[in-house]
Amino acid sequence: MTTAPERTDPTPLAPGAPRSGTTFLGLPTAPRGVGHLRGDRPFPDAARDALRDGQLRANLGHATSTIRAKRARVVGEVPDWEQLRQAGKALKTATMARLDEHLVELERQVTARGGTVHWARDAEEANAIVTRLVQATGTDEVVKVKSMATQEIGLNEALEAAGITAHETDLAELIVQLGDDAPSHILVPAIHKNRAEIREIFLRTMPQFQGEGADRDLPDEPRRLAMAARTHLRERFLRAKVAISGANFAVAETGTLAVVESEGNGRMCLTLPQTLITVMGIEKLVPTWRDLEVFLQLLPRSSTGERMNPYTSTWTGVTPGDGPQEFHLVLLDNGRTAVLADEVGREALHCIRCSACLNVCPVYERTGGHSYGSVYPGPIGAVLSPQLTGVEDNASLPYASSLCGACYDACPVAIDIPSILVHLRAEHVEAQEKTTPEAAAFKALSTAMSHPRLWRLTQRAAGLGRLLARGRPTLPPVLPPPASGWTRSRDLPTPPRETFTQAWAREHGGRS
Amino acid sequence: MRVALFATCLVDTVAPQVAMATARLLERLGHEVVVPAGQACCGQMHVNTGYRREAVPIVANHVRAFAGAEAIVSPSGSCVASIHHQQAMVLRRAGEDELAAEAEALAERTYELSQFLVDVLGVTDVGAYYPHRVTYHPTCHSLRLLRVGDRPLQLLRAVRGLELVELPGAEQCCGFGGTFSIKNSDTSTAMLTDKMANVLSTHAEVCTAGDASCLMHIGGGLSRLRSGTRTVHLAEILASTEDAVSPHQTTRPAVPA
Repeated sequence: MTTAPERTDPTPLAPGAPRSGTTFLGLPTAPRGVGHLRGDRPFPDAARDALRDGQLRANLGHATSTIRAKRARVVGEVPDWEQLRQAGKALKTATMARLDEHLVELERQVTARGGTVHWARDAEEANAIVTRLVQATGTDEVVKVKSMATQEIGLNEALEAAGITAHETDLAELIVQLGDDAPSHILVPAIHKNRAEIREIFLRTMPQFQGEGADRDLPDEPRRLAMAARTHLRERFLRAKVAISGANFAVAETGTLAVVESEGNGRMCLTLPQTLITVMGIEKLVPTWRDLEVFLQLLPRSSTGERMNPYTSTWTGVTPGDGPQEFHLVLLDNGRTAVLADEVGREALHCIRCSACLNVCPVYERTGGHSYGSVYPGPIGAVLSPQLTGVEDNASLPYASSLCGACYDACPVAIDIPSILVHLRAEHVEAQEKTTPEAAAFKALSTAMSHPRLWRLTQRAAGLGRLLARGRPTLPPVLPPPASGWTRSRDLPTPPRETFTQAWAREHGGRS
Repeated sequence: MRVALFATCLVDTVAPQVAMATARLLERLGHEVVVPAGQACCGQMHVNTGYRREAVPIVANHVRAFAGAEAIVSPSGSCVASIHHQQAMVLRRAGEDELAAEAEALAERTYELSQFLVDVLGVTDVGAYYPHRVTYHPTCHSLRLLRVGDRPLQLLRAVRGLELVELPGAEQCCGFGGTFSIKNSDTSTAMLTDKMANVLSTHAEVCTAGDASCLMHIGGGLSRLRSGTRTVHLAEILASTEDAVSPHQTTRPAVPA
């Protein structure tokens, strides 16, 4: 059975997207006002505050360097890693080229095996579908498997607004939820917290530690913290009637969904409750089981730095008398089709959410995930979030990179993130209707740099900057913007009296 | 061999000693150096800041300036990487297919200095003398786009008098990133601070690299801290000899013993 949600707004455009009569202005992007793809502040402003948080810097530096070393070790032991990586890229490219056909096949297979498929154009529709499905069961609480898609659409908030409590069961997501915080990493949402901070959150929020006579003896040992979470969660697993999950993969040929995880909490959610609702981005699909062979090798080594993840759960429709007796699959677009339409940017949809690019990124390591303002932080977030929302809604993110290229080298499906960043910067520049001072400067410089005589004059003018130095080897540290962005923390050398080309022409009698 | 030198806009304008050293080095190795007068910029700054349309005439000028050159050498991993990976792409996008093909052919004959020395000329000992404690920072584009590998280190190891010290965390970006250093000044500075801490931990007198831009960044930070540790381009080190120290260089220790 298949349902299509009712829609009051007949236009294919997202709220906030420019409208002009009946002219088609592009594919819909993720709507504003719902979900977590947009930050309150531009990246440089948010980063400025994060950089001053010494605890955050220490926690992130420790965590990312540990996981980088683990990944390097297990990737290094695979002799055909580069071939695997290229195979992953080729499979994703081929799948995306016929995504529409594969999705219809997936729907057919899921339906044939007793599941129900729902198509959600955006976050609002997906939230409405899930809320309606939970309400139909009569329960007012659900357990959740860690899922990026449901974080992206702000499902927990939508459920809460409908009076439904969502319990995160992944340890790190639980820490974030109990701390009334936001995830800052794709794989390790609480990477910004250390165990002393986690202990404090548990003691402050878990019912087992409240009230008179409660045993508040909780040392900050990982084992004891995990045991506290286990006690807290066990009761919720046993009581839950509905579970909500994301999916790492969906195999179109059999309609099988797959979740990979480390803790086993996901397995509990996927097997114990009566009803299972899975929200999955449409790009997570693979056509056949054989494709999984490649991705199940690439993913754990890239993400947790393990040869194999501890739990790989797969399920196909409904099995009478075994596991959930009702299964719903919500296929989420939320801007993905718009990404697919961009010939350069579409590669971002190949992402398998391993977060290797976050762990190797020198920007992420210092600013942390919250600075990006989106549930997708780091290099992949800087190319994915602006495409899902439309570049103008996340215009600072494509610039949140020094283009060092470490992300591309680490990516298990060889997404050329630096090239997409550069492409999105151009999309942003070209979307401006008014000429900014920066654009005027770059245009003038372009004219100079394409006319050698004019360029020599420009170089001489730049050379006059040496007058500011009054004979010192560096320019004054206080210069007006935009130069101040440099000179606040770095000296600028005094320009030389003569450029190289001038000196060369002088030495060679005007010949080149 | 007749070698056309592409100084790059930055070196030409603010660090002329780097291009001069490159020319002196190539001449010392017995090659003829020409400096095409029409050269300006490879276009990378425009492309990477989002001005790919405005980059088209700059790239066109570059292709014109170097047309017919047998081999082009540049003392910048980043600019050579842009020539290899971006120029033709930018031209194609603008519908300039013919020019793009020319740019591609030119890119095939364009080399970063250490690649040219080791791969084309087949030398690692260039006869240099540089009596200093030196650490080497592999710049990101040399490392990850051009894959120059250990070629600069092979060249440095053969320099007489030079004491090479390994840089901890060498492969981490220094935080320059072109306009990133200004648009994300705080993050860039945080990355620079960690790079400087690693450089200073080596107690080297000199930090070298194959890109004047990254060196201007690291050197600008070291200078602001009055650390005494200098940045010197790889070309300047390789151009130094006992009897021919060019006027723009110095063999004085950065920090007097």
